[in-house]
Amino acid sequence: MASRDMGRPRPGVLSGLSHVALAVWALLIILPLLWTFLASFKSNSEIFGDPLQLPGALRLDSWGRAWDEAHIGQYMLNTVIVVFFGTAGTMLFGSMAAYVLGRYRFVGHKLIYYYFVAGLAFPVFLALGPLFFVVKQLGLLNSHVGLILVYIAYSLPFTVFFLAAFFRTLPEAVAEAARIDGASHTRTFFQIMVPMARPGLISITIFNVLGQWNQYLLPLVLLAGAPDKWVLTQGIAGISTLAGYQADWPGLFAALSMTILPVMVVYIIFQRQIQSGLGSGALK
Amino acid sequence: MERLRKYGFVAGFLVVPLTLYSVFVISPYVQAFQLSLTSWNGYSAIVRYVGLDNFGRLLGDEVFWQALRNHGLLLLALPLTTLVIALFLSFLLNLGGGARGAGMRGVWGSKFYRVVFFFPQVLAVAVVGVLFQAIYRPDEDGVINGLLAKFGIEPVGWLIEPGLALWSVMAVMVWQGVGFYVVLFSAGMAAIPKDYFEAAAIDGAGRVRLFFSITLPLLRDTVQVGWIYLGIAALDGFALIQVLVGDKGEPDGATTILPITIYKNAFSFGKVGYASAMGVALFFLTVTFAVLTLRTTRRERVEL
Repeated sequence: MASRDMGRPRPGVLSGLSHVALAVWALLIILPLLWTFLASFKSNSEIFGDPLQLPGALRLDSWGRAWDEAHIGQYMLNTVIVVFFGTAGTMLFGSMAAYVLGRYRFVGHKLIYYYFVAGLAFPVFLALGPLFFVVKQLGLLNSHVGLILVYIAYSLPFTVFFLAAFFRTLPEAVAEAARIDGASHTRTFFQIMVPMARPGLISITIFNVLGQWNQYLLPLVLLAGAPDKWVLTQGIAGISTLAGYQADWPGLFAALSMTILPVMVVYIIFQRQIQSGLGSGALK
Repeated sequence: MERLRKYGFVAGFLVVPLTLYSVFVISPYVQAFQLSLTSWNGYSAIVRYVGLDNFGRLLGDEVFWQALRNHGLLLLALPLTTLVIALFLSFLLNLGGGARGAGMRGVWGSKFYRVVFFFPQVLAVAVVGVLFQAIYRPDEDGVINGLLAKFGIEPVGWLIEPGLALWSVMAVMVWQGVGFYVVLFSAGMAAIPKDYFEAAAIDGAGRVRLFFSITLPLLRDTVQVGWIYLGIAALDGFALIQVLVGDKGEPDGATTILPITIYKNAFSFGKVGYASAMGVALFFLTVTFAVLTLRTTRRERVEL
């Protein structure tokens, strides 16, 4: 019904249909998450019973088991450490390189810029085997330091690409004034250019935090031999395999809920910034 | 002196990022190309060059072709499904409210919908995989099958039917990805001047006409970017399939994909050389796809 006279005789019908379509998709997203959350309070037999049934009692012991026995607490801490240092390092070194490449003219500046950006064209699976041996030779296998350095290195191409363009748009006059006042290049960068580049830096920080928080492949390869160092994504996948043997399904869903909830809280608080941060990846 | 200071500063700022990037990113890529010409197993001291043998073997490897077929299917269906759903939803969100008074409006509650739709995007793929394992369970204990049982429908083996497994995996990718493109397209639609719609609505164009004659042509570039992103996602799929279905490509090779095959060859079978050759093939596939998409979808731009 391509209503020719939209908005006049029956505006309610099409709007109503729009709402039905939108609500269906919203439910498709909310229901699986809600089910997971409820399942964490259920008993094994309730989980495998009627999916629409609510938990018979509010069982909190599965959350305790997931935190301690399934090591979710440990994985969470590991992830926070790795992502914190990974993102901090990425932002520091990435913005330094981007600044120099975006605003200084020197022999080879174009070449170095393209050298960084070239990293965007390669699928990480191509590097996987050799990367493992590089990290092994440096004695950094099964260590957080190794994983952090690898995270930084693989986050650099996009960070440099995005920030170099951003630094280029900043007005020259302010940097010029600072120089006349006798500020060194380094001081100009940290005290003047970085604060001016804040919007861009925030977007790309969010982009990197999410990317590193959700990374699964690299820890799988680089931390395989040290289960006490595992990050959340890896841990959850491990627990899911184990849950089958131990028949502790409520524990699995408690672990899942525990992983999802903090992300949801952060997302709800920062959803505007997160949406534009991730969108910046597409709207170059 | 000033010149020297400038060069010192530039060098000082570049040395750490360049070193990290060269050691952990560039050198593995270069080595991968080199190793693709060897039969190295990952531990022996001697690296034997075998020329293009690995690539020859690749052409005769049934697993490789199986993976390519699966990627081909994903490459066609994943972007198409995701983009159609996302365009439809974002059109409803932004223009579904109709043209009353001062121009087009979004539907009531569009902000809430946007927040909900986007949420799966921030979840780790590995987490989503574990979540959908429970939903897809093949017996009546699975969430979907439990619901189907209420209507007297026999349980469906979502992930164990060879004809169905890849589609089930793809549905999860769509579930997770749509919200991102809804936000992307919404931003694009917001940038279209309101008088375009008003003028068309005055001329009697319905909502369907508005969509196909105004919205879609003006969103062309954004859709193209989305297509490339989803295409690259279709050539990946590692975390989701590894967690959801496992790494054996079951059932019957229906979920065999290159990234998992590369991972297994390098780390389980000790065929680092062969895995690298497969990585090189994947690289050329990705680049070919991106270039083809950019070239075939390039037409004269609609200037705003």
